[in-house]
Amino acid sequence: MTPLLQVRDIAKFYGARRGCEDVGFDLYPGEVMGIVGESGSGKSTLLSCLAGHLPPDRGEVIFDTQLHGPRDTLTMSEPERRMLMRTDWAFVHQHARDGLRMGVSAGGNVGERLMAVGARHFGEIREQAVDWLGRVEIAADRVDDKPQAFSGGMQQRLQIARNLVTGPRLVFMDEPTGGLDVSVQARLLDLLRGLVREMGLSAVIVTHDLAVVRLLADRLMVMKDGRVVEDGLTDQVLDDPQHGYTQLLVSSVLQV
Amino acid sequence: MTDYNFAYLDEQTKRMIRRAILKGLAIPGYQVPFASREMPMPYGWGTGGVQVSAACLTPDDTFKVIDQGADDTTNAVSIRKFFEKTAGVATTEETARASLIQTRHRIPEEALSQDQILVYQVPIPEPLRFLEPSELETRKMHSLEEYGLMHVKLYEDISQHGAIATAYAYPVKVEGRYVMDPSPIPKFDNPKLGMAAIQLFGAGREQRIYALPPYTQVVSLDFEDHPFEPSKADYDCDLCGASDSYLDEVIVDDAGGRMFVCSDTDYCRSRRAAGHVGAQGAPYEEGAA
Repeated sequence: MTPLLQVRDIAKFYGARRGCEDVGFDLYPGEVMGIVGESGSGKSTLLSCLAGHLPPDRGEVIFDTQLHGPRDTLTMSEPERRMLMRTDWAFVHQHARDGLRMGVSAGGNVGERLMAVGARHFGEIREQAVDWLGRVEIAADRVDDKPQAFSGGMQQRLQIARNLVTGPRLVFMDEPTGGLDVSVQARLLDLLRGLVREMGLSAVIVTHDLAVVRLLADRLMVMKDGRVVEDGLTDQVLDDPQHGYTQLLVSSVLQV
Repeated sequence: MTDYNFAYLDEQTKRMIRRAILKGLAIPGYQVPFASREMPMPYGWGTGGVQVSAACLTPDDTFKVIDQGADDTTNAVSIRKFFEKTAGVATTEETARASLIQTRHRIPEEALSQDQILVYQVPIPEPLRFLEPSELETRKMHSLEEYGLMHVKLYEDISQHGAIATAYAYPVKVEGRYVMDPSPIPKFDNPKLGMAAIQLFGAGREQRIYALPPYTQVVSLDFEDHPFEPSKADYDCDLCGASDSYLDEVIVDDAGGRMFVCSDTDYCRSRRAAGHVGAQGAPYEEGAA
């Protein structure tokens, strides 16, 4: 099987300071990869490089495109890359307001990607928007409300609906549960797990919350100071951490 | 005239503006940046249109200015006076006699010919401005032809009002390529944008010029199930009886009285001169107001 995403030797420096270095992995269709590490360990830098928001200093991000097979997204032309971003890729931001248009209604937010790929039938766009709001547990009568009128958890779910409406194959998530209270987090995780399984999505999830990766990720990468210190199956890494830093990370989780 | 260079601007500036105009004509709908000058009037009063007019005027031109269709409002009168003084060109209120027409927010009712130029005053040239605040991003969207966002605005209209409620500055797509703001003309005027005359758009504060060559294909954006509809008040003109012209609503007393009159004053005057009389109109007399 061809990997959906092949990451090779990604490095990004901020001047002399290392953002991330020597990162490489394969992601197969339907697989969820978790990236954990403390603040400043280079997780978000890595994710931005993978998602095309930040040009890395070296490396390759090879994506298995539907038309042309595996292509390096970093050397692809900008129109192609941006097309990829609104069709096969999705990006869920930590703060919903970074990923939503706050002045546009929930339906418009969900419909934007459809219109961006050429949908021009109002009734159908709206139908799909309502359908997707239902799938992320937002009542259909909120379709014309603006995201400002939504709670934090609803905003995050709306962001997810907006991203998944075009049926992407790869989702990048940057701390999707950050800033939400634990019960809302639990529901969101439940929802995400359902969607990922149901749609057969591949995902790269960056988080500092080990519970999130335990629930969602098949494989885990632990980062420290811009480098990967340990990787493997999630349960393996969390239950039998080998690297000192991973051991520290796992033992730092509060038990209630 | 010795106090001013012909048409106020110096020749180098006019040359710079003409280059921008030519580039605009070569790429219909594309916003060409230009080094807008300070003009002796405030931004928002047509500084862009005035500069484009100044660059196009020749001593043989006959100049007409309209503001919302009218020849006799402050903006129209002051700009007409401005060019009478600085260029000494002939001016007229008759659409057919003018070779250069500067307009604010209307297209004349009478069809223009190939010998005429229509200059628009544009407040905000970027159709995506209120959807995407970043100029860098909107330029990228234009260059990559990513116009999905424009439909988000129309989507919002329909979801809120049940129909596309945008009534002016209605976005259009030019020759299947650039999405353009036709300046705040009523959408009633949108179908006229493919006209025989050259159309030039000048935005002074925003420093942009764009253009439509004669007979350009201009399509108003819409949805398949909510097609574009040019709209006007559902009345006839009370002065001249015209049923096909864009109307202004005028409140005439404190008891709810109102009348609808042509917004294009020259069109209304010429119809009344030809003997047409509306519901509240008096027979036309030469020289009467």
